[in-house]
Amino acid sequence: MGLRYLFGRVSIMLPVFIGVITVIFFMIRFAPGGPFDKEKIVPPEIMESLNAQYHLDQPLWKQYLIYLADLSRFDLGPSFKHANRTVNELIAEAFPVSLELGLWSLGWALLIGVLAGAMAALKPNSWLDYLPMSFSVLGICLPTFVIGPLLVLIFGLWMGVLPVAGWDSWQDRVLPSLTLGFAYAAFISRLMRGGLMEIRTQDFIRTARAKGLSEVQILFKHSLRGGILPVVSFLGPALAGLLTGALVTETIFNIPGLGRFFIESALNRDYTVVMGTSLLYFSILFVCNFVVDVLYVFLDPRVRYE
Amino acid sequence: MASSVPILAIRDLRAHFHTRRGIIKAVDGISFEIQKGETLAIVGESGSGKTVSQLSYLGLLPMPPLRIAGGQAFFHDTDLIKAGKDKLRAVRGDSISMIFQEPMTSLNPYLKIGTQLIEPLCLHRKLSKKEAWKVASESLEKVGIADAARTMHSYPHEFSGGMRQRVMIAMAITTKPEVLIADEPTTALDVTIQAQILELLGELKKETGMSIILITHDLGIVASVADKVLVMYGGKMMEEATAHELFSASSHPYTTALLKSTPRVDIPQEVLPVIGGSPPDLSKLSPGCPFYDRCALRLDACKETAPKPCSLSPSHRSFCHLETVQ
Ligand SMILES: Nc1ncnc2c1ncn2[C@@H]1O[C@H](COP(=O)(O)OP(=O)(O)OP(=O)(O)O)[C@@H](O)[C@H]1O
Ligand SMILES: [Mg+2]
Repeated sequence: MGLRYLFGRVSIMLPVFIGVITVIFFMIRFAPGGPFDKEKIVPPEIMESLNAQYHLDQPLWKQYLIYLADLSRFDLGPSFKHANRTVNELIAEAFPVSLELGLWSLGWALLIGVLAGAMAALKPNSWLDYLPMSFSVLGICLPTFVIGPLLVLIFGLWMGVLPVAGWDSWQDRVLPSLTLGFAYAAFISRLMRGGLMEIRTQDFIRTARAKGLSEVQILFKHSLRGGILPVVSFLGPALAGLLTGALVTETIFNIPGLGRFFIESALNRDYTVVMGTSLLYFSILFVCNFVVDVLYVFLDPRVRYE
Repeated sequence: MASSVPILAIRDLRAHFHTRRGIIKAVDGISFEIQKGETLAIVGESGSGKTVSQLSYLGLLPMPPLRIAGGQAFFHDTDLIKAGKDKLRAVRGDSISMIFQEPMTSLNPYLKIGTQLIEPLCLHRKLSKKEAWKVASESLEKVGIADAARTMHSYPHEFSGGMRQRVMIAMAITTKPEVLIADEPTTALDVTIQAQILELLGELKKETGMSIILITHDLGIVASVADKVLVMYGGKMMEEATAHELFSASSHPYTTALLKSTPRVDIPQEVLPVIGGSPPDLSKLSPGCPFYDRCALRLDACKETAPKPCSLSPSHRSFCHLETVQ
């Protein structure tokens, strides 16, 4: 295994990618409404020149080919709604913001989730277990539009230690990333606890005890490596989810990220922006899952040799 | 042999599982002693409590559900049952080591064999990693693994069950334990490998003078390696004797049935008789002898009253009403 498997994963990427492009392209085109529907009554000549500029006067298959040709040069086309801006520019502006928010959130989620899960598994069915696990139920149940305002209320308004909106200083990063990462931390803590509990029942843990190792030594040396695997396989979907699902958080904290663009463009039928963002999201999903596969191969020696 | 002070003395050990379906008396009143250099075999059918009888006093079973309902386990002067966790950990893997029934799963698949082998040495002998690595390699050579240096850097899944059991043995003996508990070390292995492993244990014992507690349900193995034998059934003691006494003059009907169902080299047999019936439900034991239902020679007394031990020689005791009646 190893390299060949990973190579296979990459080579299947291109056909899947083209399939995704095709599906999204025709899906938005067939959705009712068009990009210029809501404009005030435009003189027919202007409408015509607009349509010509964006190739909307061409047959659909031709538009599709034009799009593919542009895409092969990494050109995502001009925005329909933002005059004089290309999709590449829009994404280049908004994506780094979303990426930063996502990475901060993932950091929180891992830090809190792994620690809480390990703590819970160290002494199952004690308060060391019940406390973090009840928090995790909260984290999973409460939606971001409740957690966000709650954090703002506590840290922003009552205690006044953190800013409530904006995206300039590092303090601005704390509340949004906590808000976004909390549910993931909750989920990761469950995965971590579950993974460790599963490992605890394995024969080799009994061997470790028979050697005289302490519970803490057993946790760190013998359980963590295998117990963290469920968390590792979740990392890909988690990062992808954090990067693509920040819409509510970005809105609450007024952050100029990609999520807001995406919704706005879908509502406006800004075809190229929808396409560009979707393709970016898809690539993120693929890359994240791919990286996890590589990590997995690294962590579990058995996968390496198969 | 019984003259000197025993290294390990278990007295009237009771280890019960408290489960939702009731109390499972997996071990109920087991006693045995072992001297330096002695091999004690514990035999009995599957589910008779052999494994629990050892794991319980070493603190290797989760509590709950396990509860030690009584008894003592003296290792030299320390009662392991009363000893705290730290004291127990200091003994485990240092002076009392264990080899388990399941060689395929008893090594950590995520760690190199070397990393696992050096742990007892680093922990109990306070050796540096480098020194421990050297000692552990030697120990691998001792158990007959030719390419020790490479094996140290390999992962468990690269090896067969027999090789893994050798690694387990190497790991158990690195600290030169006084007592080695081998829980059916060969049950999961091929017949040819079984013989090799047993031979290896015999050699190691001769070389180091350690005592061995060998759990098995194979009386053939007992005959070839054990000094004395404890026969268990339904969590209780049936008979204890020297190996010679057991094979020449077994007393308990259960032992006799076990012996009959064991293939013998000296007497050709077409069909092996099996013991009729199945082992009892340990949560619903009557106060009498657990073998009552399946015993061919049962008396009325056997059902309601527990048999008292009957001494047939200083080293031979049988827990059966028949002995007291005669
Ligand atoms: N963790 C546990 N919880 C509840 N019951 C248990 C547990 N472990 C063992 N038992 C019960 O204790 C009894 C004795 O088990 P033990 O493993 O000691 O048998 P054994 O003689 O070693 O059998 P084998 O030859 O199959 O290894 C069995 O009836 C088993 O069901
Ligand atoms: Mg067993």
